[in-house]
Amino acid sequence: MRAARTPRTRRAARAGQYTALLAYLLFLAFPLLWLLSTALKSPRELGSPHPAWIPRHPTLANVRQAFAEQPLAHAALNSLLVALATAVVTVLIATPLAYVMARHRTRAARAATGWVVVSQAFPFVLLIIPLFLVLKRLRLIDSPTGLVLVYVVWSLPFALWMLAGHVRAVPAELEEAAAVDGAGRLRTLASVTAPLLAPGIAATALFAFVTAWNEFFFALVLLKSPRRQTLPVVLTHFIGAEGVADLGPLAAAAFLATLPSLAFFALVQRRITSGLLTGAVKS
Amino acid sequence: MTEVAEARTPAAGTRPGTGLRTSDRGAWFLVLPALIPILLLSAGPLLYGVLLAFTDAQSGRTATTRWIGALNFRDLLHDTLFWESFRIGLVWAAGVTVPQFLLALGLALLLNQDLRLRGLARALAIVPWAMPEVVVGIMWRLVYDPDAGVLNETLRDLGLGSGRAWLSGLATALPAVIVVGVWAGLPQTTVALLAGLQNVPRELHEAAAVDGAGAWRRFRTVTWPALRPVALAITALNLIWNLNSFGLVYVLTGGGPGGKTRLPMLFAYEEAFRYGQFGYAAAMGCVLVAVVSVLLAVFLAGRLRGGEDA
Repeated sequence: MRAARTPRTRRAARAGQYTALLAYLLFLAFPLLWLLSTALKSPRELGSPHPAWIPRHPTLANVRQAFAEQPLAHAALNSLLVALATAVVTVLIATPLAYVMARHRTRAARAATGWVVVSQAFPFVLLIIPLFLVLKRLRLIDSPTGLVLVYVVWSLPFALWMLAGHVRAVPAELEEAAAVDGAGRLRTLASVTAPLLAPGIAATALFAFVTAWNEFFFALVLLKSPRRQTLPVVLTHFIGAEGVADLGPLAAAAFLATLPSLAFFALVQRRITSGLLTGAVKS
Repeated sequence: MTEVAEARTPAAGTRPGTGLRTSDRGAWFLVLPALIPILLLSAGPLLYGVLLAFTDAQSGRTATTRWIGALNFRDLLHDTLFWESFRIGLVWAAGVTVPQFLLALGLALLLNQDLRLRGLARALAIVPWAMPEVVVGIMWRLVYDPDAGVLNETLRDLGLGSGRAWLSGLATALPAVIVVGVWAGLPQTTVALLAGLQNVPRELHEAAAVDGAGAWRRFRTVTWPALRPVALAITALNLIWNLNSFGLVYVLTGGGPGGKTRLPMLFAYEEAFRYGQFGYAAAMGCVLVAVVSVLLAVFLAGRLRGGEDA
């Protein structure tokens, strides 16, 4: 085993690592590139027996046709409103609870922590039937409000987990110092804790937004009328009953639907991979 | 307790005699805004769902719903279609979770190295996470497409036959959707493991290297013990998430061909929202919960015990 550190074997190891990394890159990237390639192909090229990686005559006709075939703009607006409402409400109700979970060892905090863990094991099917019946009684079926309520509860566990990690990162000594200086409890929270917590709150809100933007199952069950449906549900309409799909517009619409979440992940990418979750995982 | 010891205590708020001491009542006040929706839309419906499993509830029926005891469960016991779906669900969950973990571990270890292209790889590694599962499903349909798909085209180029209809072939449908499941779940697992790798003591690693320990040895004695808790947690979560998976397979195959990819979630969804059998579908949900709980208990207990001598 001592030989493992000689320059020669080390160079071989490096080469092996790069080969592996390239294989990963290929596996991760090729479906994405193919989606893009399909989206830019003309109907004639899509019909040809030998599909190429690079479209011979790149065209945006598929985008136009996608918008003509399905109410994509309207669906995107529905998704946007639902996702925004989900993000705001989630953060508003999760932040106080996350604070308690991180700072106090009361029964409430323990119960909340336990629920965060247990809720991960809920099968949606056991949840969706009673939710459907409850929302029906409240006349919130086929309503964006009902969907937002479901999404808020659904994204709460992760939001609490993230936020509690961020609260722990704010030194309790700072709050104590403010209290010693005579600041009241609310004053301390507002002027000491909140500013330090702001980036964490923003990241959590974005996560809730993307979760709601991407969600499919609840939207499929709870939204019936076409003009209320969110983007993922409308996207599935491109696939016909027999599974036959108009590939070009399908690819174009799918690609467009991903852009907002992609933009978000590009924004927070560095923080995700470099330790946004470190605190939360450690705790 | 000395001052130093106190400063290290994370839950400083409840210590007697400090400025921010809060009574239980104050804490409950902060908890309430989240607690009400949780009770109304999560805990409540869950209990309601369990109760429904013991009724003959159906959608759009005028007759009142009656208690029927364990009849749903007795029917379920003899429902061969359900057990077949259940078996497929287990194959899917294991088939996705295991490769997902191994591939993610490899990727996380690579991304933790000082390699070129690391930035690109890190960005690319979380892209599947950012995509709506419907889009992931659509994208892979394009890859698997018999005529316009890149998979068959590549096989033809390599002279490996004329390709096949991957998603509608009885033998290939389940493996094909499992590959998509692995692809889609890779980011979360990789990110969690990458975060876990930050817990690995660097000095210990270097010391082991100086002592002449090879890469595998260092991984086993230094990296793995530090990574184990995170690995355990993410694998358990993946197993649950994969058993609950719905959208991906719904878009890819809709459960076909001939039910070969009909995961329990799809089965229950059809039962509830296509045939309106709420009570029966709720019973399926209960069975799933029970199985998930047992699997998890066995998995966690086994792993925790196995860790004693590692």
